[in-house]
Amino acid sequence: MPADLIAMEGVTKTYAGITALADVGFTIGAGEAVCLAGENGSGKSTLIKILAGVERPDRGRIAFGGVEQGPLSPRLSAAAGVMVIFQDFSLFPNLSVAENIAFSAGLAEGHRVYRRDRVQALAKATLARVGVDLPLDAAVETLSVAHKQLVAIARALAHDARLIIMDEPTTALTEREVRALLGIIRRLKADGVAVLFVSHKLAEVLEVCEKVVVLRNGAKVAEGPASEFDAASLTRHMTGRDVAEKAPDPVAANAPVLMTVAGLTKAGTFEDVRFSLRAGEVLGISGLLGSGRTSLAKALFGLVAPEQGTVTVDGMPVPLGDPLAAARAGIGYVPEDRLTEGLFLMQSIARNVAIGRLDAHSRGGTLDFGGLLGEARDWLGRLRVKAADVDAPVRSLSGGNQQRVVLARWLARSPRVLVLNGPSVGVDVGSKADIHGIIRELSAQGLGVIVISDDLPELLATCHRILVMKAGRITEEIAGGTATEADLAHRLAS
Amino acid sequence: MRPGRLGIDWTRNETLVALIIAGFCAVAALSDPGFLSMATLTDLLRGGIVMGILAVACLLVLISGGIDVSFTAIAAVTMYSTAMMLNTLAPWVPWWGAFAVAMAIGAALGAINGILIAGFGLPTLIVTLGTLSVFRGFMLTFIGQKQITTLPPGMREFGRMMMLRGTNADGSFYSLHAAFLVTVLSVVVTWAILHRTMLGRMIFAIGGSVESARRIGINVAGVQFFVYVYVGMLAGLAGIIHASMARVANPFDLVGLELSVIAAVVLGGARLAGGYGTLTGTMLGVALIVLVRNSLVVLGIPATWQFVAVGVLILIGTGVPAWQAKRAAARAA
Repeated sequence: MPADLIAMEGVTKTYAGITALADVGFTIGAGEAVCLAGENGSGKSTLIKILAGVERPDRGRIAFGGVEQGPLSPRLSAAAGVMVIFQDFSLFPNLSVAENIAFSAGLAEGHRVYRRDRVQALAKATLARVGVDLPLDAAVETLSVAHKQLVAIARALAHDARLIIMDEPTTALTEREVRALLGIIRRLKADGVAVLFVSHKLAEVLEVCEKVVVLRNGAKVAEGPASEFDAASLTRHMTGRDVAEKAPDPVAANAPVLMTVAGLTKAGTFEDVRFSLRAGEVLGISGLLGSGRTSLAKALFGLVAPEQGTVTVDGMPVPLGDPLAAARAGIGYVPEDRLTEGLFLMQSIARNVAIGRLDAHSRGGTLDFGGLLGEARDWLGRLRVKAADVDAPVRSLSGGNQQRVVLARWLARSPRVLVLNGPSVGVDVGSKADIHGIIRELSAQGLGVIVISDDLPELLATCHRILVMKAGRITEEIAGGTATEADLAHRLAS
Repeated sequence: MRPGRLGIDWTRNETLVALIIAGFCAVAALSDPGFLSMATLTDLLRGGIVMGILAVACLLVLISGGIDVSFTAIAAVTMYSTAMMLNTLAPWVPWWGAFAVAMAIGAALGAINGILIAGFGLPTLIVTLGTLSVFRGFMLTFIGQKQITTLPPGMREFGRMMMLRGTNADGSFYSLHAAFLVTVLSVVVTWAILHRTMLGRMIFAIGGSVESARRIGINVAGVQFFVYVYVGMLAGLAGIIHASMARVANPFDLVGLELSVIAAVVLGGARLAGGYGTLTGTMLGVALIVLVRNSLVVLGIPATWQFVAVGVLILIGTGVPAWQAKRAAARAA
């Protein structure tokens, strides 16, 4: 039997006394696909950096093709054929597809002269190996995310990759693109190229993998053939707990109606939407992509102007199409894409919370900074935002913590109704359970919560009632406790 | 970016600038039949010699994702100190020797920018704003403030060199200075670097994404250092040519031209964010700005309107393609 392509043993790395990786070892064979699963902070990134030669381990042995390696460097790792495809792909948006593919290979061979024919030929041959056809002269910035990923894969192959490490390869892809990617991975494996998937959501790539390795808090907690794992067992290993969640406690029988929506219509988007929300109730709204659920969510907060209908909170009508009026009426909205719609990424964590409360802390035209930031800190503490420094930019936080910052901003305004659009998109499994816990706590305090999501387990775990939307209309209402996931999926799709 | 009929790509700045130039010439020719003459052409080419070299230098910096506003100061310091040095130390140096000295001084000043930017990783605009002032102030304080009206013999000799001479039908003379060849040569050499060497492709790559460039093992600091040294060298060249053609080294010349040069390059389609720019566009941009400066008078428009005209051109020349690109993106979405 030939030696393994990569063999690691006892790899340990500490940063300033904190153990990032403890005694991790596993092997990757040629043409093998391995899943490396773990939550944010489990040590996945450190492991990638060590393999790529960017970081040196404190202890441990790494062998390429049976030959034990000394200290690695990016150059040595690359020469051994270990290529990392980062989440952002690290491409050059202004250069052509062909040049992007051939650039690293040209650098490695020490070319000084740039020859277009050579670059085109290499790019063409490499794309043929991947089995895709892309316009060689198109600028990479004009490509879709999936095509950019293909360029990144081709670039690794053009540089004689033996092992391609893919960091979070599926996060930005649609389901169809993921399937196309899996086809390409199968082709690469047949070609003898090994693939290491690194992600916190790996269920979708399990089918092409031979082996699964799970990291938690820097240590390897599970390893085995991929056939022995499924989404649930992966989650269990990654979080170290059962995250199967119970349905929420029922709403108090005498809880007053908080919000009513009647006859809400926007031509071509949603039609005659009516529902009511009681204090302490969590209402789910679900539907397939294009069912109008996102537009409805935005309309409740005034970001989309409906043509007809009424929204009332505590019996008072809320002017439509005016986010400021909606906020004054006590409606809070947490958008789906927190990065572009919900956060000021470069601003500090505390300021991101405080921005919602500028009015309340205004003293005759000047701002009471102490009170403003003090209140922000208080809310960050209550929501258990894990941040070493609340003055750090909010982009330095993980997805789960960022979501908590957005929540904290709204909660500081003491809203009556909170509209959460995709509350756990892009957060890891553990934070997701925490966010669900926060939703439960909030509703227990009498807040009305509307959760818009296509994550069915999430809806079942948090909602008292679930409204199903189809083609802009609410077609069904399901009591939260009674439905199962398969049942709900069936009703959505039928 | 889809070429339309005739293979013309309307979203490119080059197309628009070329059209504006053609339109401008047509209007000028209508109001003054004498406009379409060798004299006008040679005037324009002459006007573009120094600006052309500076624009090539500026283009390189913009492609690499930086910005340089100090190159006019480098040009001024270089021409003044070279003239003074040769006059006092070595008046026998031929013109090409003077060029070599100027390019060396320019490269050395550029290296100062390079060390601050590539070595210390400081922002390019701040560094070059600083060095613009420092270089110039240093010259005026320590080297001198008086015009040098008697240039060294080598520079005087070059000042008289013409590559083309002739007489128009109406008996007026026209001539084209040999320095035009230097501009052509700097364009050709820079084109070869940008499009035929890996170094040039690395300049584009860094302009596209510094982080990606680092990750695939490009020596970012080394490439940036080269860019600023090369720019300094071209600026030195532009400086000595300016003095030779003007037959005087005036330390107050050139500085102030940097914004027009950057405007010409941006008109030609280079992006301030880096990664994009062509020499064709840059030359068209220079041609347009020189045309406007030289010819507004022909059209009977007061010279003070130059500034307004150049400003409007920048707004149209960069605004229209940006607006079209935005519309195209909106359609695609």
